[in-house]
Amino acid sequence: MEMSSQVKISTAFLVVIFLTLILSFVAIYLSISTVIFEGEYTEALWWLLIGFMGLSIATYMLYQTRRRIRISIRPQPVMTMLICEKCGFKNLREFKRGDYVFKETDEKCPKCNENMYIAAIYREVKEKV
Amino acid sequence: MMVSSSALTSLCVKLNQPFGGDTLSWIFTLLIYIFFAISIFYGQRIQLYVWLREVEGSLYKLKRIRDEGKKIAIETIRDIGKPVDDPTERVDRFLEYFTIQPVSMDPARVVWKLEHILDVRDNRFKDEVRLMAPAADETQVNNLENTLEAALALNMIYKIIRHYYLLGKKTLSLYVIMQLQMIMPMVMREAEAYASALKAFAYGQPIGDGAGALVAAKLMRGYQKRKIAKDVVVATVPIEGRTAYVLKAEGPGGNVAKPGEAIKQLIEENDGEVASIIIIDAALKLEGEKTGEVAEGIGVAIGGPGVEQYKVEESLLQYKVPVNAIVIKEDIADAVSPMRKEVFEAAENAINRIKRLIKERTKEGDTVIIAGIGNTIGIGQ
Repeated sequence: MEMSSQVKISTAFLVVIFLTLILSFVAIYLSISTVIFEGEYTEALWWLLIGFMGLSIATYMLYQTRRRIRISIRPQPVMTMLICEKCGFKNLREFKRGDYVFKETDEKCPKCNENMYIAAIYREVKEKV
Repeated sequence: MMVSSSALTSLCVKLNQPFGGDTLSWIFTLLIYIFFAISIFYGQRIQLYVWLREVEGSLYKLKRIRDEGKKIAIETIRDIGKPVDDPTERVDRFLEYFTIQPVSMDPARVVWKLEHILDVRDNRFKDEVRLMAPAADETQVNNLENTLEAALALNMIYKIIRHYYLLGKKTLSLYVIMQLQMIMPMVMREAEAYASALKAFAYGQPIGDGAGALVAAKLMRGYQKRKIAKDVVVATVPIEGRTAYVLKAEGPGGNVAKPGEAIKQLIEENDGEVASIIIIDAALKLEGEKTGEVAEGIGVAIGGPGVEQYKVEESLLQYKVPVNAIVIKEDIADAVSPMRKEVFEAAENAINRIKRLIKERTKEGDTVIIAGIGNTIGIGQ
């Protein structure tokens, strides 16, 4: 089961983000205009730097507000292994409520039609390297 | 087109006027000074708010896990117990239960006082579950009790973290918030482990902690069993020409029972004539160790509050019986989650070790006690 929910954000925080965004765009605009109308490359570079810094900070903050907290209580895939005591036939199936290790089940062995018992219940985990 | 271009030019000039080349350098210098001043006077405070925000995020997650845990517990009670009334209120009350440990200023007999308190707690919990889930049989009552205990643990973790978070926020104490932020990753790991345990308990699946019980169950399968202490079963099994008393908590309901009491009784039944005691349990692994690794040692490998370990140690001392321990290693998350394949397979390895130990440490005709410790949920016998 996976739940996700959004973090609550104050209005003041959103205002700050949008102000930063507007100022960043102004800085980028000034950078372009400085190059076009004044030909001042050094000054334009400074404005561009300020603009992109502001833009990245605002985007990051905005991303943080949009980030959803994911919580997962997932039912992990658990397998039940049944064995026929007579012929040793093994059957692997998904776990069902009521299964327990060494339970004599009503499930028949497809080879010799004997009742099978639960020999193992486990989950397989793929290790992250 | 010409008009719009000249308007744009005049706007640019106007915007650029207060920020000429010199003005820009001046602004940068001022900004750097402001930055330094803020870092010097408010650096710690800013760090504190960053930590508080991190803890707040984790606390929010914990709250969601706690609520989801409670929901699972209530759904399971409704599913299995078929209650007439809504069990929510009773579950809410259950989640607030607490246990006060006995006073230890005068340590004499404190173990027995603790045992009594734990017995009362256990009975009270079971009675509550029976009232919540009237249709549940004894196995299901045990499983439901375990489910509710996991939900209770989640509730407790959430409330304690919330307490320190609010305390830190109120006092703006750097040390409270710093410690909280530092332990949060471990706390979250534990909370997530309990969350997956809830599912396992609700479905009655074997968990990693039951590794010892599984080994005993494998050894005693096909032999006559009898009850010995509260919720403990024992079978007399011939192994390598020796008489082995194999014991475990009675399954398949979630139960750890009183293995210490059972071992004590078996030693007394045999007048102390026991060549060796072998105790098998799950143990927490260190990071870097493999899950399902089997290790041997000396001592009474019984976890929990220590009452059962104490009882066995007392008897061992009285009759001078040697005790060996075999542990199957896993981490805390695996211990309370559905049993991993590696742990299941490790049971065979542990059985081989038991046989080798018996051959090497005892003589033919001797009596040995083999105790499989742990929660026996999902494991019959």
